[in-house]
Amino acid sequence: MTSGGLRAAVVVRRSESFAVGVELEVSAGTTVALLGPNGAGKSTLVSALAGLLPIEAGRIELGGVVLDDPQRGVFVPPERRRVGVVFQDYLLFPHLNVLDNICFGPRSHGARRAEATSRAETWIHSLGLEGLESRRPGDLSGGQAQRVALARALAMDPDLLLLDEPLAALDVTSRTHLRRTITEHLDRFPGPRMLITHDPAEAFLMASEIHILEGGRITQTGTPDEIRLRPRTPYAADLAGANFIRGTAEGGLVDTGTALLRIADEKVRGPVLLTIRPNAITIFPDRPEGSQRNAWETTISRFERLGSRVRLLTAPPTPLTIEVTADAARELRLHPGSPVWVSVKATEIGVQEDERESNSQSDR
Amino acid sequence: MSRPSGSRARRRRTPLPLLVLGCLGIVLFILPFLGLLSRTPWGRLPALLAGDVVTDALRLSFLTSIAATAISLLLGVPLAWLLARVEFPGRAVLRGVVTLPLVLPPVVGGAALLFALGRRGLLGGALESATGLLLPFSVWGVIIANTFVAMPFLVITVEGALRAMDSRYEDAASTLGAGPWTTVRRVALPMIGPSLKAGLVLTWARAFGEFGATITFAGNLQSRTQTLPLAVFVALESDRDTAVAISLVMVAVSLLVLLTLRERWWRVP
Repeated sequence: MTSGGLRAAVVVRRSESFAVGVELEVSAGTTVALLGPNGAGKSTLVSALAGLLPIEAGRIELGGVVLDDPQRGVFVPPERRRVGVVFQDYLLFPHLNVLDNICFGPRSHGARRAEATSRAETWIHSLGLEGLESRRPGDLSGGQAQRVALARALAMDPDLLLLDEPLAALDVTSRTHLRRTITEHLDRFPGPRMLITHDPAEAFLMASEIHILEGGRITQTGTPDEIRLRPRTPYAADLAGANFIRGTAEGGLVDTGTALLRIADEKVRGPVLLTIRPNAITIFPDRPEGSQRNAWETTISRFERLGSRVRLLTAPPTPLTIEVTADAARELRLHPGSPVWVSVKATEIGVQEDERESNSQSDR
Repeated sequence: MSRPSGSRARRRRTPLPLLVLGCLGIVLFILPFLGLLSRTPWGRLPALLAGDVVTDALRLSFLTSIAATAISLLLGVPLAWLLARVEFPGRAVLRGVVTLPLVLPPVVGGAALLFALGRRGLLGGALESATGLLLPFSVWGVIIANTFVAMPFLVITVEGALRAMDSRYEDAASTLGAGPWTTVRRVALPMIGPSLKAGLVLTWARAFGEFGATITFAGNLQSRTQTLPLAVFVALESDRDTAVAISLVMVAVSLLVLLTLRERWWRVP
């Protein structure tokens, strides 16, 4: 593990019946996502790492410094931890303007007014907040408030960056834009970064490693591809059930490297992440009619019964998870090795611009 | 008749008994002020207000009420903090004790202060022999009586605001490096600013009008303990015009206070 990394074993009892027990490591310079449903213990973990909630057992260590270790009686209070938190609803101080909100961290760490202001201005510039310095949080749009929250967390020069559902409060149109901004800053941040989210697309796009958190426990850890291809719990399977395919869009076509897919949006250009729900894919025994559809021939490589439904995986080079009813599977006489045609309508393919792809294109 | 019937049905007529009784209530509030204004010797007003008794009382009233407000700020805000944020046994009882002066007859409060801080009181004798300070019949006595009666207004206002405040803002401040004291100073207190201000104005107004506890504990000595309300009381016996003049001053001050609070209380929800 690299020197500035986070190593945490967190045990906190939240009620008689619910305890959070999590072990994880985040190396400096990497983004790890903690993905889980509401009530899984994500916020508890944020509080424990930030020092807002002492752990009951375990140990939290950041950059080689022990922050919390109840067995040895060590507890570093939040104000001495340098853990930058971007809270879900931002928690910008309503009585301070944007500049003073961002200055709050440096000032609290003893910086003089002028020094704090100059540091805040760097982040104001870097996050495109010029002209908003004297606004109060109440007069900001959701996207602006989110950038101020990020600037405020970064301006205190943290050793660890925690983002708690950073995009949840935003509307869909601001989300893509903001995700790009956040990803850019995450990539530049030298310490360990942790993204807490319930949105699989967010985790798959922004993190290099994902922990699935369910009922206070980590149920699976892996790269986005590992989770997608080998989900270990029903929840992970549901998350991963969606097919995520990377490619390059141009004129309504996406080149995935193994296939050319037609999408509904003809304007989008460049790297994209496609999302196809398993039940949006149709299976035919022979070549389907209709030229507007994406269709190709493949074979079934995996066959899995899930009650009244059947989950299928098709063979490379474009593996897809497909869900059909058990009746349909019987009718089509599907089994591992069956040759089939799969088809998906252009309008059923979700398209998101993929900023990460453009950064790492060279190593693909 | 194109309006939907729903919006017509919602306009109910006011029941007659409510209308009559409500108007009587208004009369009860307005009539005394009309009486005061009708007895005001407008021509002699400047001369009356420039008299020794009035200027002494005016000066003393401002001095003591502002001092009482300052002490309430210094002690009342920390007390409100303890009640709102610190869990300790007997907290509910303590809150009751703190708010007691709100409902207690002020005369009883004054008497209680006398038994505690008077020359033969619980602490008064010791205090006098240690410092030479005798609280009853002194300016300090007035200030203490005022504080005793008025501070609960600040405590309950600030406590309520602290309870209503989302404490996660303080969490956010601590993750940004602010220690407990900085968090109180730079986040919690500014965030409850409007309530704090309202509480201070209320406290000051209550202290400014204090009568019962003051006259019982501090007495009624002109230029030393005779505040405006006491001066009115005395003048009513001897010099009605002066009493009216002082009353008018106090009405004017009270109106001014209401105006500063109008954002809070005059706004129709």
